[in-house]
Amino acid sequence: MNIDNIKKEFPIFDEKIHNNDLVYLDSANSSQKPRVVIDRIYDFYSKEFSNVGRSVHYLAVAATNLYENTRTSVQKYINAKDKNEIVFTKGATEAINLVANTFGQKYLEEGDEVLLTELEHHSNYVPWHFLRNSKKIKIEFAEINEAGEITIEAIKNKITNKTKIISVTHLSNVTGAILPIKEIVELAHSKNIPVLVDGCQGAPHLKLDMQELDCDFYAISGHKMYGPTGIGVLYAKKKWLDDLPPYQGGGGMINEVKKTGISYGELPNKYEAGTMATAQVIAFNESIKFMEKVGIENIEKHEKELLDYGLDILRKNNSIKIVGNPKNKGGVISFTIEGVHPHDIATILDEDGVAIRAGHHCCQILHEKLKLPATARASFGIYNTKDDIDQLSKSIENCKKIFNV
Amino acid sequence: MDLKDLYQEIILDHGKNPRNLRKAENFNKDAKGHNPLCGDNVHIYLKLNENKKVEDISFEGHGCAISMASASIMTDLVKGKEEAEVKEIVNDFLDMIKEKEKLQNKILNEDEKTKLMCLSGVKQYPMRVKCATLSWHTLTSAIEDFQKIVNTES
Repeated sequence: MNIDNIKKEFPIFDEKIHNNDLVYLDSANSSQKPRVVIDRIYDFYSKEFSNVGRSVHYLAVAATNLYENTRTSVQKYINAKDKNEIVFTKGATEAINLVANTFGQKYLEEGDEVLLTELEHHSNYVPWHFLRNSKKIKIEFAEINEAGEITIEAIKNKITNKTKIISVTHLSNVTGAILPIKEIVELAHSKNIPVLVDGCQGAPHLKLDMQELDCDFYAISGHKMYGPTGIGVLYAKKKWLDDLPPYQGGGGMINEVKKTGISYGELPNKYEAGTMATAQVIAFNESIKFMEKVGIENIEKHEKELLDYGLDILRKNNSIKIVGNPKNKGGVISFTIEGVHPHDIATILDEDGVAIRAGHHCCQILHEKLKLPATARASFGIYNTKDDIDQLSKSIENCKKIFNV
Repeated sequence: MDLKDLYQEIILDHGKNPRNLRKAENFNKDAKGHNPLCGDNVHIYLKLNENKKVEDISFEGHGCAISMASASIMTDLVKGKEEAEVKEIVNDFLDMIKEKEKLQNKILNEDEKTKLMCLSGVKQYPMRVKCATLSWHTLTSAIEDFQKIVNTES
């Protein structure tokens, strides 16, 4: 696998940032897009556009086929049993909201507990928080250990006979911890508790096999998988999608509409009300093909190499503290520099064309636990090289020089 | 853009060793400010005497060098000023950060104005303007008794 060739497939790297080459280390936030994805959006709008699933004319039929092709691609990519287990959403956030809302409506009562972890992104907390008000449920948080991991014991400790659903991240966007999802699911299922996995950071970096993980729900963000914004996927076992009520009402999701009542459409239409992000869904197929072409094993291997190289370099720097030390870790390094606030780090790095993120990364619960108001974060994608990490390290030295630390 | 314009010596000094970083004793006005995007927090304490003069002003909080330096310089400059003067300085500073080239007020002397102008470097960094202005908006809130946490995003 030649990373230089892969990098050439991303037009953004032809751009200069403050007259420097772009060193993009913010893929956990959103990944850059390969040309095939960008071109697909342009081509669809230029030559093939029509709404899907409604009309019988040539373009409508062709567009519907393209749209459904993505569903089949996603199904195969994550090894779902049935293509109707793939629901398109506007993002992982909507996917989690869909589950919290519909599952909450049907199955949660006053005093019931939802089990999350301290690693969760706000998108896997706030949707459940809504149910605190509407259903008077309780939210429990499995606690991290000193390494910034969630162990199976941490989950076990918080399960009670009131726990009705467990919703956990696959890979922490701050500590990089990869959670033992298979074990969590086995444990939960032994107590008849369904599991939702927030796969925002899992899907772009790890091999996905829904049959192996056996989770009930898996939320995916398209724009973190080299795909367009405005597109996400909810994978859900068919039994749940058949069982749960619809989420949003509108065109496309109905069967029959009368003044006296409405019946809803079959899967997957039941959960796809209104005109969907058609172009993005169709272009997302190119992201999946791109990832298949590179190979998820190669992506994992490459990002692990970068992670080891990055950790090695940053650990040698005495003024840098790395947040968390999970044994099983994805390509994310959150850090602080003694005497330099993360926002100042980010601004100084940006001057060299180094794009990182600073702040709480939408994980305020975790930052409060760690007693850190903010951290700086470098996160990797397939296009990153060891040179990028060398530049990161050089720019960090510049930070230290400016701040005299 | 030049990082030296943003991180001037005086900013780094105030950022590292903020003046008036404490809870004022016997304060009679206070307000909190929050930047939800950064997580920066500031709490301004103000003691106005019977003549509406700032007898003491201080702050607590955490944030980047820019926000800490801005709060530090601000508290230094408005101490001893009358309420109306403080308001004028605040508005003048915010106008300068927003659009005006220079400070217009006649309350601060040239040295004080030079010190304050060190913060003008943020104009080249739009994402950092909120870091510099958070404590100033919070001071206004304290003076006016808005009773609401200042939020940079609303």
